Amino acid sequence: MADVMTRPEHVATEKRRVPRSTHARIWSKWDKLIVVLMITIPTVIVVALVWFPAVSTVILSFTDWNGIGNIGDMNFVGGQNYVDVTTNYPPFGPAMQHNLIWLVVFFFGPTLLGIFLAALLDRELRGGRIYQSIFFLPVVLSLALVGFIWELIYSRDQGLLNNLFHANVDWFGDPNINLWAVLVASGWRQTGYIMLLYLAGLKSVDPALREAAAVDGAGEVRTFLQVIWPVMRPVNIVILVITVIESLRAFDIVWVINKGRNGLELISTLVTQNVIGEASRVGFGSALATIMIAISTVFITIYLIQVMREQK
Amino acid sequence: MMSPRSFGTGGVPVIGRRALLQGMLGAGALAGLTACGGGSGGSGDQVTLGSNWSDPVPKKAIAQVMSGFTSPGVKINTIDHNSFQENINNYLQGGPDDVFGWFAGYRMQFFAEQGLVGDVSDVWKTIGSGFSDALKQQSTGKDGKQYFVPLYYYPWAVFYRKSVFTEKGYTIPKTLDEFTALAQKMQTDGLAPLAFADQEGWPAMGTFDYLNLRINGYDFHRELMAGEKPWTGTEVKTVFDTWRGLLPYHQADSLGRTWQEAAQSLQKKEAGMMLLGLFLGQQFPDADRSDLDFFPFPEIDSNIGSDVVEAPIDGFMMSKRPRNEDGAKKLLEYIGSAKAEDTYLKSDPNNIGTHNDADTSGYTDLQKKAQQLVSGAKSISQFLDRDTRPDFASTVMIPSLQEFIKNPNDVDGLLKKIEDQKKSIFK
Repeated sequence: MADVMTRPEHVATEKRRVPRSTHARIWSKWDKLIVVLMITIPTVIVVALVWFPAVSTVILSFTDWNGIGNIGDMNFVGGQNYVDVTTNYPPFGPAMQHNLIWLVVFFFGPTLLGIFLAALLDRELRGGRIYQSIFFLPVVLSLALVGFIWELIYSRDQGLLNNLFHANVDWFGDPNINLWAVLVASGWRQTGYIMLLYLAGLKSVDPALREAAAVDGAGEVRTFLQVIWPVMRPVNIVILVITVIESLRAFDIVWVINKGRNGLELISTLVTQNVIGEASRVGFGSALATIMIAISTVFITIYLIQVMREQK
Repeated sequence: MMSPRSFGTGGVPVIGRRALLQGMLGAGALAGLTACGGGSGGSGDQVTLGSNWSDPVPKKAIAQVMSGFTSPGVKINTIDHNSFQENINNYLQGGPDDVFGWFAGYRMQFFAEQGLVGDVSDVWKTIGSGFSDALKQQSTGKDGKQYFVPLYYYPWAVFYRKSVFTEKGYTIPKTLDEFTALAQKMQTDGLAPLAFADQEGWPAMGTFDYLNLRINGYDFHRELMAGEKPWTGTEVKTVFDTWRGLLPYHQADSLGRTWQEAAQSLQKKEAGMMLLGLFLGQQFPDADRSDLDFFPFPEIDSNIGSDVVEAPIDGFMMSKRPRNEDGAKKLLEYIGSAKAEDTYLKSDPNNIGTHNDADTSGYTDLQKKAQQLVSGAKSISQFLDRDTRPDFASTVMIPSLQEFIKNPNDVDGLLKKIEDQKKSIFK
C-alpha cells in the first residue's frame, strides 16, 4: 500500500531522471548485471510465490487429487468439482452470503467509522495521540487473539455479556446471531486499521489547501468533502480495496470460534476445511479457492484500471 | 488423557502454522543431519517414534512405556495432537518416524490402502495370542494384513453421578422407554436430563452412532460408514426420528457449548446424564471422581440388543520405509505386550488396556466396569469419524449433524443432501 500511495512521486522523480540517464548512454558491465539481477530476482520470487501457487490451484481444481501420492496419479475430472461446489455442498451458499454481508458491514461500519475517527484525530485534539493508540491497539493483536478475547466476552455460560445483563443469549451458538457477534469483534479491529491508514493519508495533505479553503470561507465539513476528499482519492481507493480484501480473507476469528461452521461459514474456512486435514479433498478445496481467486480478481482489476488511469 | 478430539480439521490455525514452521525447521535440521553423513554414530540404531500424545499426562505415560524398551532404545518426537492429525498426509509422505501413534479401524485402513504405512503381520504372529479377535479385526487392513498395534481404548457410555441417582431414587434404564421416562422425571426435578455440547462438531457423532447401533446393528453401521448403504433409506431415517424424540431432553443451545462445559454441568449436578467417552472423568475433580458411574446405552430394538460398544482404540503403526525396520518391529512387539500396557495405564488411568493379560488389579471401579463392558461386547465400533473416510466425517457429517440439531424437522431434505455429498466423496 505504501508504495501505491507514494507512486505519483515516483513517477515524478523518474521523469526528472530521464534526461540524466540519456546522458550516460554507455552502461558499464556492473550496471547491466545489476539491472538483470533487479529484474530476475523479483520475477522469480513473484512467479514462485504468486503465480505458481495460483496457477496450480486452478489446475488442481479440475482434478480429484487427494494430496496423496504422485501428482501423476491424479485424474482430471473436468468441471465436476465446480458442479459439486455449487449444487452439492450446502455450506457454499451461506458462505458466499456471509462473505457478502461481511463486505457490506465492513464498508458501512468500520471503514466509514475509521475515516471519521481519522478526520477527528487529524485536527490535533488534545490527547489525540492517546486516542490514536487506543483505537490502534486491537490492530496489533492477532485475530486469533482477538477471537479469544471476545470468546471471554461472548461465552454463553461464563461470558461477560451474559453475566452483566443476566441474559441467556447463545452468542456463538445461535446461527442467527453469531455472524453479527463476530462482525462486531472483527470490526473493532478493522476500525483502528482504517483509521491509521487514513490518518497517514490526511497528514500528507498540503496544509495550504485547507488554508485556501478557509480563506474562501468554506466550513470544516465542506472543506473535508470538497477539498480534502478529492485530494485523498488514491488513499480512498486503497482503503476500499483493503476493505474488500479483508472481507474476502476473513478467517482467523471465525476459525478460532467454531472452525467456520453453523452460521459462520466463509469461503476461506471452507477451503481450509477441505484442503487441510487427514484425507484432504485437494481438488474440491482448490475449486473453492479458485472461486475466491476469481472474485478477488474482479476487484483487483477495478483497482488496477483506476491506478493506470491516474498515471496517464 | 489425550485430547479426545479425533477428526481431521481441528485445531487453531496458529498452531498449524507453528507446526508448519517446526516442520520446516525439522526438515532443515534433517537435511543438516544427512549432510553430516551419520557422523553422530550410534543414534542411527535408535528407533524413532512419532508421538501425538502431547498432553502432559499421556506424554509422561508414553515416556515411561518407552523407557522400558532399551535395545535399541527409542527417540520420541512429540507433536501437538491436532497438528499431527491435520498434517498426517504430509507427515507420512515426508520423512515419518519409524513408528507413530494412530487410531484403529477405517481410519487406519484408509492410510494402509494408500500405501503409506508398513505391514506388521510379522509382529502379530508374536503378539496375536494376547488380543481378542475383535481387536485383531480392528488392526487389519482391507487386504487382510495387520497394520496396527493397539495400546488402549476408551468406551463410550451414559455417565451419571451415583449420589444424584441415589438421592432422587432413579434406576438405571435398560430400554429406550425407560430412558425416556427417566429423562422426563429428571426434567420435572429441575435437571437437564442429558448434558449435551456440539460446538466442536464431534460429540454429537457419539449420539448418532449409538442410536444407529441400537436400531440397525453393527453390520449396518459398518456398511453405512463405508459408503455402501444409502443414507436416504428408512434405517437412517428411523435413527433421526428417534433422536428427534430425545432432543427435548438434551441441554439447549448445544452448538455454542464445548464438551468440557457440558461435562461440568454434570459435575455440578445441573444435568443428570451425559453420553461421552471415558475421558469425561477429566472434568471431575479427584474428590468427585468416585461418584462418577455409567451405564451402557439402553436397548432400543430387542432383536438388535445392546451388545455393541463404541470404544475407540489408540495405538501404533509403522511407517512404509522405516530407517530401522528390525528395531521398529521389536518396538511394536514390546508395545503389544501386557507389560507395556500396564506401564501406560499406571500413569494414565483414563483408559483401559486392550491386552488380554493386562493387569486389572490396579484399576479403579470405573475402569473395571469399563473393562467388563468391552469384554462383554459382541462387536466394538470405533467412532463415526474413525469408521468412515475422514473427509466425509469432517466436511459432510459435522455440518449435517449440526444442521439436524438446529432444525430437526427436515430429516428427508437433510438425508438427501448427505447422500448426494456421500456419492461425490466415495467413488
